[in-house]
This record gives sequence, C-alpha cells and structure tokens, in this order.
Amino acid sequence: MSDVSPPKGSGPLARLEARLAWGLLAPTIAAVALVVILPLLAIFWISIKPVSLSDLRAPEVVIREDIRGDYEAVGDEAAIRYRLRNSSQDQPIRGVTITDTIPQGLAVFDLDPRCALDGRALFCDFGDWDGGFRETLMIPVMVEQAYLDTNIRPQDTDATVTGRASSVLTNATFTFDNFKRVFDGDEFWSVLWVTLFYTVFGTIGALLFGLFAAMLLNKSFKGQGILRGLYLFPYVSPVIAVAFAWILLFDPFSGSANALLIQMGVTQEAINFFGQRPLALIMVTLFEIWRYFPLSFLFILARMQSIDSDMYEAADMDGASPFQQFWYLSVPQLLGILSVLFLLRFIWTFNKFDDIFLLTGGNAGTRTLTVNVYEQAFAVSNIGAGAAVAVVIFGCLLLFSFFFFRFISQEEGL
Amino acid sequence: MKQLRFGYVTAPVLGVLWTFVIALTVAIAMSFATGSAFRPSGLGALIWGAGLGLACLPGPVWKPVAAGIIVTIAALFGFGPIAIGNGVSGFSSLMGAAGTAGFAAFGLWIMLDEVAFGPINRHVFEAAIIKFLTGFGYIFFTAIVLIPFYVMVLTSLKNQAELIQNPLDFSVDLSKGWDLLRSYDELFTQFNFGTYLVNSFIISVLTVFITLLFAVPGAYAVARLRFRGRAAFSRSILLIYMVPMIVLALPIYIAFSMLGLRNSLGGIIMIYPVTTIPVALYMLQGYFRGLPAEIEEAGLMDGLSRLKVIWKITLPLSLPAMASVSLYVFMIAWNEFLLAFMLLDDPSKFTLTRGIASLNSSEIPRQHLMAGSVIATVPIMVLFLGLERFMTKGLTAGSVKG
Repeated sequence: MSDVSPPKGSGPLARLEARLAWGLLAPTIAAVALVVILPLLAIFWISIKPVSLSDLRAPEVVIREDIRGDYEAVGDEAAIRYRLRNSSQDQPIRGVTITDTIPQGLAVFDLDPRCALDGRALFCDFGDWDGGFRETLMIPVMVEQAYLDTNIRPQDTDATVTGRASSVLTNATFTFDNFKRVFDGDEFWSVLWVTLFYTVFGTIGALLFGLFAAMLLNKSFKGQGILRGLYLFPYVSPVIAVAFAWILLFDPFSGSANALLIQMGVTQEAINFFGQRPLALIMVTLFEIWRYFPLSFLFILARMQSIDSDMYEAADMDGASPFQQFWYLSVPQLLGILSVLFLLRFIWTFNKFDDIFLLTGGNAGTRTLTVNVYEQAFAVSNIGAGAAVAVVIFGCLLLFSFFFFRFISQEEGL
Repeated sequence: MKQLRFGYVTAPVLGVLWTFVIALTVAIAMSFATGSAFRPSGLGALIWGAGLGLACLPGPVWKPVAAGIIVTIAALFGFGPIAIGNGVSGFSSLMGAAGTAGFAAFGLWIMLDEVAFGPINRHVFEAAIIKFLTGFGYIFFTAIVLIPFYVMVLTSLKNQAELIQNPLDFSVDLSKGWDLLRSYDELFTQFNFGTYLVNSFIISVLTVFITLLFAVPGAYAVARLRFRGRAAFSRSILLIYMVPMIVLALPIYIAFSMLGLRNSLGGIIMIYPVTTIPVALYMLQGYFRGLPAEIEEAGLMDGLSRLKVIWKITLPLSLPAMASVSLYVFMIAWNEFLLAFMLLDDPSKFTLTRGIASLNSSEIPRQHLMAGSVIATVPIMVLFLGLERFMTKGLTAGSVKG
C-alpha cells in the first residue's frame, strides 16, 4: 500500500476514445486539407511566381501532319509534311522528339539528318526549342500500290511527341514583382481605404439595423412570424438575384428610384447611383447593410428573448423610463452578442466579394481587396499579382482572428 | 428634452413627423402601384401634421375622425400633406388622400394614447416616442425589404419598351393573360433554365448529404469525445470558416484548369461540401453539446458501441438541428455564385446562379434577367418560409451562442 498515486498519462480507455475521435474527424480533416489548406499554401507559392493567365497551360509541341504533292499512280513522288511549333512564345521546350509510323506503301527515299527510320517507325530528334520556334519537316516519299489500295494517309496515325517544358508554376523562378506591383503607388492605399470604409460602415450599419429590427419584433403580436420571415428575405435569397434587382432599381436611365426622386422633386436629373464616386461606395455599403441586417437581427432577437422579463418589471416598479430600461438593462445584456457579431461580421464583410463584384465590378471607387484579387488575376491576367493580394488578405485575416479568439474565448469559453 | 414634455408640444411634433412618414410611404406606394405622380408635401405635412397631432390627443373619437376627413379633403384640393399630380384618376387620388389622412390619424391616435394636453411625465413621453419609432420601423423595414423584390417580380412581367417609357409604372395588364409570363416561358424553352434548375437542385441536395456525412461524425467527436487538441481543433474550424472564398477560388481555378475538372458538375460537387462542412460542423457540435450526455452513457452501459450510440441515440435526438443545418447548407449551395461563375463556362452545365449571370448582357432584355432571378429566388423562399422555425433556431442556437 505504499504507491497510492493518481494514474499518470492516459489510460487505455482514454487512448481508445482519442483514437475514435481522430477516426471520426479524419474524413473532414482530409477534405479540408485538400480544398482549404492546400490552396492556401498554393497561394503563397503562386504569389512569388511570375505567372500570368496564359502560363497555366504548359508549353507543348503543336504538330500538324499531312501529305503534299500530286500522286496518282505508282512511282509518283510526294512528301509527308510535319508542321511543328512551340505553343509558348517565350518558354523553351527541351529534348523535342517525335515518333510516328509511316503508312504502308510509302517508301522513304530521302531522310532528314535528324531523323532515323527503323522499318516503318520514324523517329526524329529536334533537340531544344526556344519560345515561338517553328519548324516544317518534309519527308519525301515514293508512292507504291499498297498505299493507293489501303488509303491510310499519314495523318491517320497520330504522332507521339515528347519534350520537357518547365511550367513556370513548378520551376525555380521566383520574383517579388507581384508584391511590388500590389504595394506600389497610390492604388493600394485607395483600395485599402475603400475596404476599410466598406467593412466598418457595413458592419456597424448591419448591427444597428439588426438591433432596431430585433426591438420591433421582440414582442408577440399577430403577424410577428410573417414579419420575421419577411425581414430575412434579403439574407436568404441568392445574391445575384437581389444584386441585379438593386441595379435595375437604381438604374440611371430606366430605374424606378430615379424616376421616384425626380417626381418628388429631390433631384432634377437622374443620378448614376452605381457609377460615380463616392456615391457608388456608399451604395454598395448600403447594399451590404440591407443584405446582412437579417443575420444580426436573428441573433440579437434570440438573445433578447432569453433575457428575463422579471428584470424589466422590477425596473418598471422602480420608475425607470423605457429609454432608461433600454440603456441600463437591455444594452448591457446585449453587449456580448453585439461584440461577437461585430467581430464575425467584420471579418465576413472584409472577405465579401460577390456583392461588389456584381453591383459595380469594382469600378467607380469601389474596389476592395477581394475584388482586387479578381481584377489582378483575371482582368489584368496576372495570376501572380492576384495571389499576392490574396496573401495580403490572408495576413489581415490572421490579424483579425487573433483579436477574435482573444475576445471570443472570454465570451464563449471556446 | 424637458421643454418637449408637454402634450401641446409632443403631439404636434410627433404629428408632423408621423404625417410626413405616412405621406412619403403612401406617395411611394401609390407611385409604385399606379405609376402616377404622387409626392409628399413638406409644408402640407408641417401644417396638417401639427393639427392632426393636437386632434388625436385623448378625447372624444369624433375629433381625430373629423380631422382625418378634413385632411383628406384638403389633400384632394391640393393643399394636403400629399401632393397629387394632374391627370391622376379620381379613384387613385381619393385612395392616396384618404390613405394618408387615415393612417396618419390612426397612428397618432395610438401613439398619443396616454399623452395629456398639459405637462406629461417622462414615462408617458418616452412611451409615445417609442410607439412612433416602432411604427416608423415597421414601415421602414417592410419597405426596404419589399421594394427590391417587388421590382424584381413585376419587371419580369413587363417588356423593355414599357419599362423605359415609365419606370414607375408597375401596373400589370391582366388582360394579357398567359402572355404576362412570356419571359419565363422563353427562359425555359430557349435559355435552358429547366436544366439549370435541375443542376442547381441536384448539386444542392448532394452538397447537403455529403456535408452531413462528414460533419456529423466530426461534430460528435469535437462535442463529446476527449482527445488532445480538441480546443485547438474547434478553433481552427472557425478559422477555416473565415477564409475568404476568393482566396481559395484562385488556386482551385488553377488546379481545376490543369486537371481538366473545370466545366464539370463533378468538380463543383467536390468543392461545395468542403466550403460548408466547417459551418455545419460548428453548428452541429453546438447542438450536440446541449444534449444530455447521460442518455448516451446509459446507451454505452447497455452495451452499444460509440458508433451505435451516435446512430441510435444522438441522431434521432438531433433531428431538428439536422434539419436546420441541412436547410442552411442547401441555401449556401443554392445561392453560391463565385465558384460557379469561375469554374463553369459551358452553357449546358450551368447552375441557376451561373445561368442568371449569363443573362446579364446588353442583348438580352432586362425582364429575362429578372425572370431568372425570380426563378432562383422562389424555390429557396418557399423552402425557407416553410421551414423558417428550423432556420431561425438552427442559425442562432448552433453557430453563435448568445
């Protein structure tokens, strides 16, 4: 009875449980690693590579084969023509060879020095090709009866081409030009400023609207359910549908909003809501608020309904006015959910791409960082620069999530 | 604030504000409904609103009714809080005038229920303000939510020429009969929208199933089982939830281009579930934690294995959570635009959102674009309104605990 001490380490049951847990999580981890972690690593890799959209296809040898010359009878001369080129204008291909079968009934009587014939098998070695290289290879042949009979032409058998091309994605060329491009000039700062404006005001606006809407519906009355469902419409409908509805509504030529404003005498001529600075930025921020206030509204309403109503009765007895009750009772109770929502929405708004892309395409001073990724990668066709912007976004995200977890651990005990 | 706390000040001030809100609302509603010229008049609202406010202070009911009738008549003659343009039909004018006066008087009557003519206490004063804000809030939110959808649906029923002629005229000519739905007919017959609808549906349903298949065991492990790194794992789920789609879309685009997976629905189905698994896992683990562990322990004691416990005890208990997660995932997959836009180029394989994006060209009339939007919106709305209770609960209970 001398060694009574608590067991050290993990026992067999705990190990079994941990093993089961990892087993249950394994499919998720695998899938997430493949579709999230791997692309994230890829983004870092691409951001230091000089890649453009056209480099996505590795350079290859393009080959066309046909037979030239008039040949009608046995003994006529013809030539098998191979037209070859490097598909890339600037990338070399090394060790280009072709292998092909000469059809029955064509007798090769003169062979290019780079080629060798073994029976019917033709093998040519072209060595290294620079970018944009072209070559036409003629192989003179004599037509025999067998060819005229079988009617198998040279192009009917596919030639096999080999050649090593280094894709810019996998080779060892690195560059910091992408980051230089991204940070260069005033553009980056204006993009950053637009992003911050959009994120901060979009988040706060959606929270305030959500709070207001939640207070409206925090009482039971007939039709409360219908209104609650209705107020969620902007959030649940496809973004592309509502974005186009907004574009149509605020169209400068045939939009109802302009017609209404002109009719009411607010403005003399049509306003181009999504086409002029700084109105376009304000409009996309309003769209963001409109679309996401339902989410904050849902969370705030759920929290409100869990507040004990006794407290309000007690406050009423003590003579607190409605505004005092709101300020001294409701707000402190809601502070937790409001700050969690603020952080979550802040990050999500920062990440938002579709909304602005659909509404303005990033024009008229509405280009945020996320839209800039698309702009650089696909509009300017510079994938590397797009990836560099994505890396910047990811850095910001890490910064935010650092704050988020510091805060949310206290809030939620996660 | 103290100076405001007299019935004879509060009532006119609220009267002016409320009358203007109502005049604006009625003007917009009547313009949208008839296409005719209605506009609120600031001066009219100022004069008549103050009067209405005083008339609606507690007292005999005939006072507000009489005030309402007077304001209606004034509006019909062009001096009211709502100005009615020339050439508006008599019925519309009457509707507009009576609507403005009626709603203004009725609202004020409710707001000023307890307000006396003389000094009032803070309680009564703030209650009146809150009633005003509540009324304003209902109108405001209902308007901002409904107007874009109203424009969407009614634009889809009209044609380009009508739209440009009077952008406010949304009146629907019912005599056209089935011809009203021509845009929809053309979308289904000429633009392949039937296929897109089916594609979207299949992709969304498959996404839901695959997501649940991955997320349920994962969520159970995170919620119930003890293992080293559980807290870190639970955090990294949230972190992944926060990675922006566009950052992932770029490498996925490159990889799919190289592997030849672009333009295939299979490729889309490989990607969509992974974007939803973290959300689903997070929502489900929140719910699983709330289930009493004792029932599961009893099951274990009675000789069930862990997997059997999940299958026979946890899953049946969490059906409501499963329903809400499914609904949420379905919604995400159905509404997804970015990946579909980047990865699908072949018109025979579009999803609905990608199909709508392809309608956005100057050669295709606007009503087709809106009809496409309606086609994409209606199914998700119907599904959502039918299962709204699950959605509300699932979103709030699971994803962020208040």
